[in-house]
Amino acid sequence: MATIHLNQVEKKFGDQFAVKPLDMTIHDGEFIVLLGPSGCGKTTTLRMISGLEAVTSGQILFGERDVTWLHPSERDIAFVFQFFALYSHLTARENIAFPLQAQGESRDMVKKRVNEVAKMLNIEHVLNSRPGSLSGGDQQRVALARALVRRPAAFLMDEPLGALDAEFRDTMRAEIKRLHIDQHATTVYVTHDQIEAMAMGDRIVVMSNAVVQQAATPTDVYHNPANIFVARFIGSPGMNLIPARYQGGVLYFDGGSVYTVPDDWKSTLAADLGSDGRVIVGFRPEAAQVSSEGQLVAKTYANDLHGGYTMLHLELDKDQIVHIRTNRETSYNIGDLVHFDVNPTMVRFFHPETEMALTKRDNRS
Amino acid sequence: MATQSAPPPSRTPVNYSTRVDKVGWRPQAGSIVRTIVAVIIAFIMLLPVIWMGMTAFKSLPDAVSVPPKVFFTPTLEGFVNLFTQRRQLSDAEMEAYRARDDLNWAQDIVLERQQTIIGRSQFAQQLTNSVIIAGSSTILSVVFGVLAAYAFSRFNIPGKDDLLFFILSQRMLPAVVVTVPIFLMYKQIGLYDTHLGMILLYTSFNLSFSVWLLKGFIDEIPKEYEEAALVDGYTRLQAFRKIVLPQAVTGIAATTVFSAIFSWNEYAFALMLTQERARTAPPSIPLILGTGGIEWSTIAAGSMAFLIPVVIVTFALRKHLLRGVTFGAIRKG
Repeated sequence: MATIHLNQVEKKFGDQFAVKPLDMTIHDGEFIVLLGPSGCGKTTTLRMISGLEAVTSGQILFGERDVTWLHPSERDIAFVFQFFALYSHLTARENIAFPLQAQGESRDMVKKRVNEVAKMLNIEHVLNSRPGSLSGGDQQRVALARALVRRPAAFLMDEPLGALDAEFRDTMRAEIKRLHIDQHATTVYVTHDQIEAMAMGDRIVVMSNAVVQQAATPTDVYHNPANIFVARFIGSPGMNLIPARYQGGVLYFDGGSVYTVPDDWKSTLAADLGSDGRVIVGFRPEAAQVSSEGQLVAKTYANDLHGGYTMLHLELDKDQIVHIRTNRETSYNIGDLVHFDVNPTMVRFFHPETEMALTKRDNRS
Repeated sequence: MATQSAPPPSRTPVNYSTRVDKVGWRPQAGSIVRTIVAVIIAFIMLLPVIWMGMTAFKSLPDAVSVPPKVFFTPTLEGFVNLFTQRRQLSDAEMEAYRARDDLNWAQDIVLERQQTIIGRSQFAQQLTNSVIIAGSSTILSVVFGVLAAYAFSRFNIPGKDDLLFFILSQRMLPAVVVTVPIFLMYKQIGLYDTHLGMILLYTSFNLSFSVWLLKGFIDEIPKEYEEAALVDGYTRLQAFRKIVLPQAVTGIAATTVFSAIFSWNEYAFALMLTQERARTAPPSIPLILGTGGIEWSTIAAGSMAFLIPVVIVTFALRKHLLRGVTFGAIRKG
């Protein structure tokens, strides 16, 4: 097991940055998820860690060892591919044994380790089948077994659940999480699925446009997004982001609503915003409560029942829709005016130009 | 990449019967009709080959009889004539030969035509030349083809598209256009009428084809296979040998058969560029004309002998060729 350090690692394809200079430390035993839309550089980052892609510049360390220019086979890592990459001309057992044979392990040892890992993943019954005759879930279990069997320094997984059905995906997600808890192996996991990222990661690294937007725990990424991109990307729907004007402790929204800013935010807003007081207010759908005394007023645009709750879409102003979560018993007619309030601990502010989140200043100053 | 995702098999149980013996008579009748039609078409296609095979075992008079004989007494006369040189005997000699009892079966056969065997013909040598030249050039073009196709498929080679087009363009000129210049060049550098010259020529002709064909097959093998092997601790060469080659067997088999058939059948270059030492079978067969009338059974025997090696190669690789037909249907997993 190892700690992985990336120092100013970058990758260019021609003139195009696939990954802009990036610093990151993945701690020993940590489960890190690289999350982002397609083309954001997350897979390239993973492939640079694996050595399948050469870095343009920068340095990659596994613990103390500089592996920047080492061949993938010399890095002691295991890679799980989205499309499993099982060898169709070999049986499941031979597939799992393949990396051990590369190390020149004795036949008895290979057999013992393959059986151990097959038992762990519950695939003993398919060991003699060829990959082509296995279900998607079992194929990915075999691929995981091939990764696990060698006890590598780190696991790198590139959307391992992407090719599976929803039904298998939930099961496999739990299995991979359990495996990580049992094995406690350093894992870097790439996905574009935020639910996977939230559920599995010790830390999530959100990437977009070749740049890391935020690296933090799932809770932090969700509640304290570093910028507007993260706020919008995480959550379904994402955070409500509404432009407003700040003046004298009060926010004025287009369409006439006003909102009294929580006291602990006042000094920050006063200091960090431009003279016109423009700001972007963000809050999660569950941070809003409908109440007759609510400060904010909006017209019902649509409401839909999601089983356990109702998602209410309100029109604060023309083309300014906010989504709020309400209990499933209430329903509203389209056009009804709804009063609501936002939980003062769950409101966030973003600078309209830099798109960065404002951080709350210490009130004592 | 989305095309690679294979849907997991449905878990819905199949609760209707798919047993063939429970299917009604209509579909069965359809399959019987299809079989009959296929047999008829196959018969029409194979008729010339069957006729050639029959002629090869006919005696000289039977081969030219009118109306053609479908039933005849088989004889090896055509084959004996093919592989021997013979001399006409005078009547007196004939008497003497009749009396001898030390003649072998071949001599007995030619004695029927008042002839005796005076030596081997060159056909056996020419057939051997064909095997050497076609075999070597096929192996070379497949080996180099696999290596080049792998490089073109996997690495960023500067000017890749131009190179590929250049390779393909080797195939664009018809043989007749280039035979004369090649003839002159070969004369100069001493490759005329040599095995090496013919092997080089056929290899370069086959390469353009094999590189393109194999590149298609190797492109089909997902890159992740090798990457998985690289990560698992294999070098690129080992990954190529253990992963790419087994996955490309179908393509290699198909390319082998195509290359073998081309080099084996090639006529124009062989006619122009060989004379004696390296002459192959195709330009030789039309020269088997007997004394006094065309010896059809000898020509048919020559064609038979010429056909057999290709049939063997194709037959040996048929399993992989059939898999090639269904290549797209196999799940990548």
